[in-house]
Amino acid sequence: MVKQEVTVTIDGQIIQVSNKMTILGAAKKAGINIPTLCYLKGVNDIAACRVCCVEVEGSDQLIAACNNQVVDGMVIKTKTPKVKKSRKMNVELLLSQHDVQCASCVRSGICELQTLANNLNIIDSRFVEQIEPFEWNTSLALIRDAGKCIKCMRCINVCDNVQATHIWDLKNRGSRTTIGVKDNKIIEESTCALCGQCIVRCPTGALRERDDTDRALGFLDDPEITTVIQMAPSVRTAWAEHLGLTHEEASVKRLVAALRKIGFDYIFDTDFAADLTIMEEGSEFVHRFTHKDEYPWPMFTSCCPAWVRWIKGHYPDMVDCLSTAKSPQGMFGPIAKTFFAQKIGVDPAKIRCISLMPCLAKKFECIIPALSDAGAGPDVDMVLTVRELERLLKSEFIDIAGLEEEEFDSPLGIGTGAGEIFGATGGVMEAALRSAYFLVTGGNPDPDAFADVRGLDGWKEATFEVPGAGPVRVAVASGLGNTEKLMEALRRGEVEYDFVEIMSCPGGCVNGGGQPVTDDAGAPLVRGQILYGLDKHNVYRFSHENPSIVLVYDEYLGAPLSERSHHLLHTDHHSWKMPNEE
Amino acid sequence: MAVIEVYEKSRGLAMMEDLYAALEGRIGVSAPTSCPVEFASAFAKLAVAQSCGKCTPCRVGLVQLGELIDGILDGYGVPEDIDLITELAESIYYSADCAIGYEAAAVALRSIKGFKDDYLFHIEHNNCGADSFAPVPCVAACPAGVDIPGYLALTAAGRYNDALSLIRKDNPFAVACGMICEHPCELQCRRGMMDDPINIRGIKRYAADHCDANVLPAKAAPTGKRIAVIGGGPSGLSAAYFLALMGHEPVVFDRRSQLGGMLRYGIPAYRLPRDILQAEIDFLLSAGITVETGIRVGEDLTIAELAEQYDAVYLSIGAHKENRLGLEGEDAEGVFSAIDILYNIGGDEVPDFNDKDVIVVGGGNVAMDVARTALRMGSKSVRIVYRRRVMDMTAQAAEIDAAKAEGCILQELVAPVGIELADGKVCGLKVQPQMVGAMPAGGRPAPVPLDEPAVTLACDALVLAIGQVIDYHHFEAAGFKVERGRFVAAKDGSAGHADGIFVGGDCSSGPATAILAIAAGKAAARSIDTYLGFDHSISVDVEIPSALPKGKAYCARANMIEVLPQEIAGDYSLVECGFSDQEAQQEANRCLRCDHFGLAALRGGRSFSW
Repeated sequence: MVKQEVTVTIDGQIIQVSNKMTILGAAKKAGINIPTLCYLKGVNDIAACRVCCVEVEGSDQLIAACNNQVVDGMVIKTKTPKVKKSRKMNVELLLSQHDVQCASCVRSGICELQTLANNLNIIDSRFVEQIEPFEWNTSLALIRDAGKCIKCMRCINVCDNVQATHIWDLKNRGSRTTIGVKDNKIIEESTCALCGQCIVRCPTGALRERDDTDRALGFLDDPEITTVIQMAPSVRTAWAEHLGLTHEEASVKRLVAALRKIGFDYIFDTDFAADLTIMEEGSEFVHRFTHKDEYPWPMFTSCCPAWVRWIKGHYPDMVDCLSTAKSPQGMFGPIAKTFFAQKIGVDPAKIRCISLMPCLAKKFECIIPALSDAGAGPDVDMVLTVRELERLLKSEFIDIAGLEEEEFDSPLGIGTGAGEIFGATGGVMEAALRSAYFLVTGGNPDPDAFADVRGLDGWKEATFEVPGAGPVRVAVASGLGNTEKLMEALRRGEVEYDFVEIMSCPGGCVNGGGQPVTDDAGAPLVRGQILYGLDKHNVYRFSHENPSIVLVYDEYLGAPLSERSHHLLHTDHHSWKMPNEE
Repeated sequence: MAVIEVYEKSRGLAMMEDLYAALEGRIGVSAPTSCPVEFASAFAKLAVAQSCGKCTPCRVGLVQLGELIDGILDGYGVPEDIDLITELAESIYYSADCAIGYEAAAVALRSIKGFKDDYLFHIEHNNCGADSFAPVPCVAACPAGVDIPGYLALTAAGRYNDALSLIRKDNPFAVACGMICEHPCELQCRRGMMDDPINIRGIKRYAADHCDANVLPAKAAPTGKRIAVIGGGPSGLSAAYFLALMGHEPVVFDRRSQLGGMLRYGIPAYRLPRDILQAEIDFLLSAGITVETGIRVGEDLTIAELAEQYDAVYLSIGAHKENRLGLEGEDAEGVFSAIDILYNIGGDEVPDFNDKDVIVVGGGNVAMDVARTALRMGSKSVRIVYRRRVMDMTAQAAEIDAAKAEGCILQELVAPVGIELADGKVCGLKVQPQMVGAMPAGGRPAPVPLDEPAVTLACDALVLAIGQVIDYHHFEAAGFKVERGRFVAAKDGSAGHADGIFVGGDCSSGPATAILAIAAGKAAARSIDTYLGFDHSISVDVEIPSALPKGKAYCARANMIEVLPQEIAGDYSLVECGFSDQEAQQEANRCLRCDHFGLAALRGGRSFSW
């Protein structure tokens, strides 16, 4: 029988660990840091970069620490000349094929290759530079700069195994091996969801979003233009992670102050639009639930544009299960360019609506003509990810910590706790159930009655009893790999639900593909907790009690699912096509 | 007068030879899925390295050839490049002064002709269109895709029952293949880059020898679908076994009294003992296979009736009809076909060869099998005659060596031209001496008659082992498509002329190996299951020992030895000895675990179900 607990010696230190542990894990337990590069815990342990190689007594070859298990009696050395030389050499080799333009790279300062090369004290280049040419359509939301790719293959494994989207693949072989779009397609022809998870897992600047900050500054510089900016719930959880602010300084109100300082005219909260989404989607659910025979089941949420792209690309036969409600961003735009434009007496053609989003797919969503209904150009003119927001704030050289906190503008700046939690997996479901309960019973439930759908599990289920409506079977999935499992189980008839919330990014928007890059695996949890804290302390915890929601229905929309609501806030998901649908 | 130095191999030359040997070993185990365009580029560079530099075509032309191919690989190619490469290679071929140049060009021309689609794919997509690089070379080389590193690791860990279960996920004949598999896996073993390929079959045999409980995997719920399998050889039984596990009801029809096909009737007992074969077949039948032996489809019932009565049909009748020399006297007494003899041995009816001088005609494995069998039948002498050289024989080298060691005489370069008869019985074989001549690329040389008189070799029995053909007439009449004497099948095994009819094994591939027939049966099971509207999978629940970093140590390959009988007549016992515990341990631990190290870390090294 193989021993479960083994004794190994690492750099002279003797420790007991499980025999299932990798050398890397054992070293970490012993407090010994082995540098890694391609390795990404739970996603990529392919031992490709050979940076984590260590010496094991009895072996001439060095052994990768990331994917090799310890053996009883193993004597491991992590700092021998052989280890250090080959580690440095392998990074030098990667640098010889890396477009080392760090000063003009979006990942400078948070680049794993840069940090490693600096730590290894690599100051000359001894090899011929061989940079793969950068050939990509840079008008796309997702950009791949082949010259910066170090072939760590994380993107392939994230896309295949975490996101079940299968866009990236190895291309060519031998010295010409690189990453390409699967099946010899170009990215425009693929069913990429634009979740952006490959970007936030890329160790270098090889994958990034299209930078729109200059366009945003152009709007600010134009005296004819009125700028209206909205920020999604989860932006406030992470916007200052790389700006050197303390947790207290990084408040949402300080971000409002900074945006006002930069010159945005109206600063609003997507939380308001999230509440509006709840009113529409919740009402739609109640309608479908009480007219069961008329609809395919279950009803899927539609607020995540990467999920909408993915279901159209991968399960086109199930698109009619999607709620017809637009995403919160997509609802905010037409309200800003109709109701709000009228309120301030500005020609909507002179309004530029900008979104701050934790999301890459929203950059795509805002350019779909069929989703613009206000009749004044695009409902949302542009989307900046949180990473672009960081760069915008830096480029303005503002002393953010020194700013006084400021309030959102009115009336589209008021959001409820229900809107806040839209940024975390389960949040949309919880918010919808709070209001659906009200719509059915006429009374509010305990705001925390649906807390069972919280948490980072990839696929959650619950059944809630709604008096007068009976049991409502709900499911929540985040991450498209988990979503695929749920979809397959639905297809096989193994599960049955009434209402299903999907967020493409694991953990929800707090871990979105437009969020700041972090190597902290605990980030989704921490960011999500910020949202639940904001919900708990919000005066309003039900979307239907948001005074601005009451106002916009009273003065403009009439009621949820009204004709005007349908025109501005709902959409036909067949009105635009993914490449596979053409 | 200049001094003539005594020739002595210089240290440099010895070192070069050593490097060439390393190169040879490396190329020898190249994965069969390497990119042909990359190969052509590397080959051009290698040829340049051999060039003396005197002549234009070689010195300049080969370099330009390499540049053109590299341009295609780098994504700068245009379709016209293929014409230029062809023109250039032709010019080098025609105008080079020596073989260094023109042979390099000949290879380039073969490459561009044979792999034009690959060149065009690179040009069009800037990507390699060859089958993706196989992460685990031995598994990729096994027609049935058996998880070789997995069962090697299980054997090393002493888990023989698990090893057999893992093998049977893909190949039901785990025991039989341990005895007789041609092991194409070993040709691709990456260990060959270091020292020698792993003796994979030896480890399989060892695991089979030490397995003490055959475990049947869980069967799927009954589907009520009945499948007629015609031919109970390795292909038919493999298909039936997998179909039974999928919940279907296979019924195997065989015209002989016992199952096994060529495993029983073609392979002699001294290589695959009958009791061992029968035990394995009985185990496979226990999955739920109905057997109808002694039924000749085409006479006792028709294929049309079977197609009518069953939900699907798998035709795997093998290639059991002998080829003939076309000489007068072939039907005389004392002339046998190898197949007949091996059949009769398999069926326990031994013809009388006591004290006879026997001649066997042929150079394949069957010739060696029948020659060695003839010795066991009591022959006074056994002479194998072959019209090419011994080195051109298609029999495996080990089989030829064993035949010689047991006392068979090999007479090469003689072609049968007449059968001598006395009183209607064979008394000799007239043979014409031959030389070898023209050598087609990649083929065997043509024998050419020498201007010398024919000679007669005296014999009491003549055995013809010159290949088998397929007895297809009944089936062709029923609509099966036949080309070059074989049934035509699509990639998924479907026969094409009617729905639900599948065909595979020797009767479709032509006479081949057991593992190819088994793989065809596996493919047929999948296709039939899909055809019937199901999506069953065959899986195994075995945890594979982790690949541990052990460190590299050069170590030679252990071979199984054959202990030849002292008194050969009448001794049909197994000649090959399985590994000792020590040998098995060492050999199994030589595995480099390509299921963990290398590309498998990215692509995955195994799948537990199919």
